[in-house]
Amino acid sequence: MSRLSRGAEALLPPRGRRSRLGVGATLIVGGGIVAVIAILAVISLVWTPFDVGEINAAERLATPSTRHWLGTDKFGRDVVSLLMVGSRTTLLVGLVSVGVAAVVGVPLGILSAMVPKWWGEVVMRANDLLLAFPALLLAIMLTAVHGQGVVTAMIAIGISTIPSFARVVRSGAIGVMKTEYVLAARAAGRRPVAIAARHVLPNVGSLVIVQASVSFAIAVLAEAALSYLGLGAPPGTPSWGRMLQEGQELLFVAPRLELYPGVAIALAVLGFNLLGDGLRDRFDPRLEDRR
Amino acid sequence: MVRGLRTGSPAGIQWCTVVELAIAVRDVVRDYRRPRTSLTRPGPVVHALRGVSLDVARGQRFGIVGESGCGKSTLLRIIAGLDQPTSGSVQVGGVEISRLPERRLGFLRAQLQLVFQDPMGSLDPRMRVRDIIAEPLVAQGHRNNLARVHELLEAVGLQPESADRFPHQFSGGQRQRISIARALAPDPRILVADEPVSALDVSVRAQVLNLLDELVHRLSLTLVFVSHDLSVVRHVCDTVAVMNRGEIVEMGPTDQVYDRPVHPYARQLVAAAPRLQAALAGRTAAVLAAETLAARTVSSDSVGSPNPLARPEAPGLATTTAPRDSSTPTPDPTPDPTPTPDPTPASGPAPKDAP
Repeated sequence: MSRLSRGAEALLPPRGRRSRLGVGATLIVGGGIVAVIAILAVISLVWTPFDVGEINAAERLATPSTRHWLGTDKFGRDVVSLLMVGSRTTLLVGLVSVGVAAVVGVPLGILSAMVPKWWGEVVMRANDLLLAFPALLLAIMLTAVHGQGVVTAMIAIGISTIPSFARVVRSGAIGVMKTEYVLAARAAGRRPVAIAARHVLPNVGSLVIVQASVSFAIAVLAEAALSYLGLGAPPGTPSWGRMLQEGQELLFVAPRLELYPGVAIALAVLGFNLLGDGLRDRFDPRLEDRR
Repeated sequence: MVRGLRTGSPAGIQWCTVVELAIAVRDVVRDYRRPRTSLTRPGPVVHALRGVSLDVARGQRFGIVGESGCGKSTLLRIIAGLDQPTSGSVQVGGVEISRLPERRLGFLRAQLQLVFQDPMGSLDPRMRVRDIIAEPLVAQGHRNNLARVHELLEAVGLQPESADRFPHQFSGGQRQRISIARALAPDPRILVADEPVSALDVSVRAQVLNLLDELVHRLSLTLVFVSHDLSVVRHVCDTVAVMNRGEIVEMGPTDQVYDRPVHPYARQLVAAAPRLQAALAGRTAAVLAAETLAARTVSSDSVGSPNPLARPEAPGLATTTAPRDSSTPTPDPTPDPTPTPDPTPASGPAPKDAP
């Protein structure tokens, strides 16, 4: 454009190139891990190397071989098959709990940003109360009332994830409410509901996606913890947390039975966290102009 | 204060004779309370407006000038029904709006529309241009607005294809045109512009100003135009009110206020007004400074009246008025510092063609 601005441009770090590489790497690795887990889960719906319901005493605690790639557990079930089927539970719990949290937390966050400040504060203090309440305790309470099960676990994790959504969305929505385009929408005669749906929600959408990805990782971990404690998936339902629990008594005999689900959980958490970070960088407002 | 001024100020007083008022503002006060800094004491009160009264006649082009923080934007928001005055009355088209809740201001939205300052911030980055421009129409319950959007785009000098693009794909001047198109969408009678050109490059500024000028003329709109820049107001307005610290200190025909300011603050402001026309004509900071110095010597011995250019600070101010590129005044005047030449004539509200 002009001499001066060209000069000023040269002084800036080569933001575009560097961030493209950085954003890409995090996003690709995270997305890749998540995609592999999702693909395995889908394949397990139609095919697994062995039937996970089949108990085979002759092959119990088999070491990894060409027949059983990762060996078998104490009932003679194929570990690869168990991991594949277990990923279904993991993804289902993640999806539903994050869904519950988003469906409640996002409107709550937007609402608390749009009502008069005092009411918003009330909503957020209630939110803090929920945030301070341990997810595990909530799960134990729900289990006591409704019995053990994946659904109970999903709801417990979902409820305890609401506050983080509400808080993130609120801070984003407060920023959006201060913009001139919201003022312009008011001047155009838009009603608050329309402003929330047409302006606030789309502009906090990226925050929601990032938060969902990070919450997914937390949900995966929470599900594993609940199943390990016997509060999640009931016996017979393969789940990574359950596999950890069942392998525990054989920790010194066959430590690999702890290792595999442990690694699977760690990878899933890593994958979703990387995905979340990658998406966060991708949606960074300072990089908006690259879209 | 203003009433006193009215009787005291010389000829050209339109508002005494005109019966049909577009906007009537009476003794409007707006206080803000800052967040408290102490547990025991309430937060300090900021007086944004201290009893402002003004009348805007139908078809008038009313400018409001003042430095940033003087309350002019607050006044504008109150007139537009986006903020409530602490006390006082505001009538638009004869209807009192100052006590109405926002959901009952539909009639106001249909006849009064706003153009905002920040050409990026006032357009939702996630909306397409056609949705942005159609927003006031949708709010009034109209559907299938695409034809109207195209018509408006044409009126502000943009391609119809622009409708499917996003705001970030446009330059600042183009975005401001989109903003103007949105304001004109519901066919308002009053256009309120809050510093519409302050965020634009000097060269683009004149184009957008000329567009506003032409549209106001063509659609016979009433214009309320807020700016901190008196030369911009002079370009489009016939009447001007000078605001300082939440009060109107001087009000009258633009040329009169510009040429013979009475109030000390108005004099200061006139002296500080960047000479847009001169800058557009391609003169550099150095030339402007030299001219200011020359004017200063001439004015001091020719006219006895308080000439703005007589202020000793004026030469320094000339530097800030120059286009960005020549921020350091050089002794040799470079040809044309403006990046793109202005297609429209730069001198005053002369006959203009649509861009």
